[in-house]
Amino acid sequence: MTFFGFIKEGLKAGFSGGILFWVWMLFLLFLIAVTGWNYTAQITEGMVITGMSDQVSWGFYIANFAFFVGIAAAAVLLVVPAYIFHRKDVKAVVLIGEGLAVAAVVVAMGFVAVDIGRIDRAWHVIPFLGKFNFPSSMLAWDIVVLNGYLFLNLLIPMYILWNHYNGREPDIRKYFALVVLAMFWAISIHTVTAFLFSSNISRPFWHTAILAPRFIASAFVAGPALMIIVLQVLRKFTDYPIKQSIIDMLALIMAISMQISLYFVGAELFTDFYNETEHAASMHYLFLGLDGFDNLKIWIWSAVVLNVTALILLMFHKTRKNMFTLNIACVLGFIGIWIEKGMGLVVTGFIPTPLGEIFEYSPTLKELGVSVGIYAMGCLVFTILAKAAIAIEMGQTGVYKKSQAVENVL
Amino acid sequence: MDDKEKKSLQESKDETNLPSPDLARRHFLKKLGLAGATGVAAGSGVSYAATQASGSSFMDAMGDFFQDHYTRMDDEEMQDALDRIKRKAKRKFGVDISCEDIKPMPDTYFGYALNLSKCRGYRECVAGCVKENNQGRDSQVQYIRVLEMNEGDHNLEHSNHYFDQDFVPTEGKWYLPVQCQQCDNAPCVKACPVEATWKDDDGIVVIDYSWCIGCRMCMAACPYWARHFNWTEPQIPVEELNPVTNYIGNRPRPKGVVEKCHFCTQRTRKGRQPACMEACPTGARVFGNLLDPNSEIRYILENKTVYRLKEELGTEPKFWYFTDEARART
Repeated sequence: MTFFGFIKEGLKAGFSGGILFWVWMLFLLFLIAVTGWNYTAQITEGMVITGMSDQVSWGFYIANFAFFVGIAAAAVLLVVPAYIFHRKDVKAVVLIGEGLAVAAVVVAMGFVAVDIGRIDRAWHVIPFLGKFNFPSSMLAWDIVVLNGYLFLNLLIPMYILWNHYNGREPDIRKYFALVVLAMFWAISIHTVTAFLFSSNISRPFWHTAILAPRFIASAFVAGPALMIIVLQVLRKFTDYPIKQSIIDMLALIMAISMQISLYFVGAELFTDFYNETEHAASMHYLFLGLDGFDNLKIWIWSAVVLNVTALILLMFHKTRKNMFTLNIACVLGFIGIWIEKGMGLVVTGFIPTPLGEIFEYSPTLKELGVSVGIYAMGCLVFTILAKAAIAIEMGQTGVYKKSQAVENVL
Repeated sequence: MDDKEKKSLQESKDETNLPSPDLARRHFLKKLGLAGATGVAAGSGVSYAATQASGSSFMDAMGDFFQDHYTRMDDEEMQDALDRIKRKAKRKFGVDISCEDIKPMPDTYFGYALNLSKCRGYRECVAGCVKENNQGRDSQVQYIRVLEMNEGDHNLEHSNHYFDQDFVPTEGKWYLPVQCQQCDNAPCVKACPVEATWKDDDGIVVIDYSWCIGCRMCMAACPYWARHFNWTEPQIPVEELNPVTNYIGNRPRPKGVVEKCHFCTQRTRKGRQPACMEACPTGARVFGNLLDPNSEIRYILENKTVYRLKEELGTEPKFWYFTDEARART
């Protein structure tokens, strides 16, 4: 049982499946090709093909980046119950959660990559070779924490799977410290991402202490929402045992997090509107429009409706337990948080500009074209990792496969 | 073989006897380039694709790709960089430009003051700046933005950014030009992940356009909306190109990088006025050396009622605004 064999068999499991699997993979590859096409246009013509401007200099790409860092951080919601509270049911799906974290980090990094004006100069961030402005720059911190988190979420599952592949249980004492590190690291990736925005004294809308707590709370809504959907998909398409108690736990976490998240939104609204100062201009623009400009109003109010509806469905035992209503809550909550945190937060910070100008933004078709393949890459990464992990966990590879072959002969 | 070539040859022979980390880094980079040809080809392929529309040869693209940070380049590397810039301008515009690397003058710390009693909103400063600094015309990159403010009102949100300068000054309005404030405590400098922007010795916050990765973190951080991005390749009409350029100033820039007012380093580091001051017909602009006690800027700071924009943010701008109204005295 070599490490090379482990990788080979894992990839083989990741890339095998029936007709539905291949249709799915081809669809994802198609979307990635769409991204390749549009990104080539962006490289040759410049970022003018997007809807961004000097006034709104970050848009759809960075909105998605912020959102998916949150999804990645939410993996901690499976890690803590599994390793600290010794929930055996959750332990069975921790690897799935970590696979989702890896996919989410890949998506987040993908969105940063397409947002960089000169991607050919990306090596400038490498310490020693380039010039890395650590610890001053929050972006430098983000590079460190995201890569670290990716590394941890590949290392720990691989260690566990490698042991299972060889038919033995991993020694928890060997990697428990890393698991605890990953728990704190999960919070740090989303805190640093929040600091990327809240560190800017030029943007009163972002420059609030509550931004990092808001990020965590909303991530703990959107993350579990996605996890609940994904776990049901795995239940449908694989024989991997996924206990209902896991979903119950995630739904409860989601309910509490949504309450906290909406409470934070309420606190922000009170602070800005009770005695409205110039610093509240962005909030005013977002919720009420400003000087006749109100592109985002319909978006933010939709997000409010979606989130409140999701909360109501989650708050009541009957609707939280019922899978149909729970799924609705997950979809509504996921979209609601995406709007509120993604577009609602990133774009609004730029309106009005520090010189008081209102210049609106909406993504162009090409910008969306660049984005679809990044989502697809995340789906692709997760599909392969999940299939590989499940195959190894269910004893379809390695030691067990060999013993099965022996049994078949006998 | 001249002295420079001899020195270069000696250095390449002395690779195992490197005296400084900078030299080690540079030689390592060169080795990496030779060794990692495939990876390089991919990177420079992207670089080439990106620069294809803007008239760069493959070899120059390779040179651009490996270029080190401004503060780490030695004279030889800087000369290579300057030559590449000149060749690129020739390919792209058909114009022979000069490109120097002009260092700050000693005992100099620049400051700027603007007389709001004199500004009429002509926007001559904007036009002069655009011409002097080779900014993109189609993309309308403008380092200076003149705001038309309401009398008695300092609220920037009530300003008009798009007034027609053919009809100024308008009754009941005053005019506020804003450009990079060259802050002592600049949020943009702190925010840049690759240190592509920094405060130079003469107080000017400069940008190495060949190092900037275009992440636009600095643009989010700037409280004065002073930094601008090249969303597309800057379009400069050939007859309007200013051929006298400085590396850390007005040399033609590529797309995908941030730029801003740099107090016309190509002029001010040679003792001249910035283009905006020269262009202004009313004499509203006063630029000078804060370390010179006899300078006009010092006189204004000591005798006029000056204020700075968004002072409460702690950025310590080097740009002051004042009026001709008599200073209140007890």
